[in-house]
Amino acid sequence: MRAAPSDLPLVLDGVSLAAGGTTILDRLNLTIMPGAPTLIVGPNGSGKTSLLRLCMGLAAPSKGTVSWGGRTHLPQTRRAIVFQKPVMLRRSAAANVAYGLAQAGCPRALRARRTEELLDRVGLLALASRPARRLSGGEQQRLALARALAREPEILLLDEPTASLDPAATRFVEEIILAAAQSGTKIVMASHDLGQVRRLAGDVLFLVRGRICERADAADFLDRPATPEAAAFVQGELVI
Amino acid sequence: MSETVSAWQLIASGDATLFSIVRLSLSVSMAAATIAVIVGLPLGAFLALARFPGRSAIVVVLNGFMGLPPVVVGLTVYLLLSRSGPLGELGLLFTPAAMVIAQSLLVLPIIAALTRQTIEDLWLEYREELTAMGVGPAGQVATLLWDGRFSLVTALLAGFGRAAAEVGTVMIVGGNIDGFTRTMTTTIALETSKGNLPLAMGLGLVLIVLILLINAAAWGVRLWSERRAG
Repeated sequence: MRAAPSDLPLVLDGVSLAAGGTTILDRLNLTIMPGAPTLIVGPNGSGKTSLLRLCMGLAAPSKGTVSWGGRTHLPQTRRAIVFQKPVMLRRSAAANVAYGLAQAGCPRALRARRTEELLDRVGLLALASRPARRLSGGEQQRLALARALAREPEILLLDEPTASLDPAATRFVEEIILAAAQSGTKIVMASHDLGQVRRLAGDVLFLVRGRICERADAADFLDRPATPEAAAFVQGELVI
Repeated sequence: MSETVSAWQLIASGDATLFSIVRLSLSVSMAAATIAVIVGLPLGAFLALARFPGRSAIVVVLNGFMGLPPVVVGLTVYLLLSRSGPLGELGLLFTPAAMVIAQSLLVLPIIAALTRQTIEDLWLEYREELTAMGVGPAGQVATLLWDGRFSLVTALLAGFGRAAAEVGTVMIVGGNIDGFTRTMTTTIALETSKGNLPLAMGLGLVLIVLILLINAAAWGVRLWSERRAG
């Protein structure tokens, strides 16, 4: 829609991230291309959230470079992130989406109609005037997705969007994510739910203690893991 | 007992003196609260978001100034506005304008400190999300002020209540001139010492009802906001 330069491929070149003497991410080399969703899996504390924040440009690497479409300083107009606990503005559901549209540069005259479309897309049209913070957890996640999709992102980064949702709400959120993926948005999503990996992933990035332990097609990762850590993880054993 | 009855009679009969005093009190305090909001909201928001050396000291001083003794503020403004003071040429001493100036200085720290607290708490919560949406500094301030609107209204009411109830500054810089700078609180002080208890009590009742109404309004805003915006 906009003539902005492309954010893809997203490339991490020798990226490390340290905080307070602790290495959170250790020398990652990673290229994210357009295509089916990439799922980042791994135990808690393996660096999934930090990796997503680097991909969004919210954190700067301690070493190495992150580049979007070959540029290291690209305004984040073509990417969006949904945090694990998205913050709802103290406004109505519709106003939250309209805010996202305004920040993405959507002209005022189009906002009402686009807001309606986006709310409809995530099944929240009936709750448009409800205060966002009074919505249920699942509804808030869907609203956060609508607000992120308002940016018409090329890359949509999702941090365990279904972590605290029940199966029905999870399914609803997954359908929205799949629809976005099918319309050409590159999904990069953290998860530690193997069922979800099977349902959504094109490929998998397996992260252990800040390092990429394995990167593979989803089916290969699930059925023929190459590393002992991945095998243990897929088997449901505790990988720390 | 008979004083209480006469006090009620004064209120019920719509006594002209009493109501002109109430009117002056309210207009002075409202003007002071308005000025304090105009200066205090941006100041509080700036202190919440900006990082510079000496910021902590300013925040501590501001918080401390919430309990500024009114007589000291009155004295300071008196010295500034008195004929031999730096602003003496303006001829403002013993006018309602002087009372507005003094009371806005009294209320400003309350508005600014409460705004700073509200905005800073909200910013902690919103920072990542707003940064991820690419919101610039001006947009951040506007968003935080708007989303903190209910707490900020409470701060405004607290400031107004403080102004309406205090006697020290208006007594010193207003001079308690009959029909010109006489407010509810200064009248109560004067009439009590003169032994004219019905008027003092009548005004006391009006003042208490007013303060109750303000606090009820603050409470109502809070309840309503929790239901509306969560």
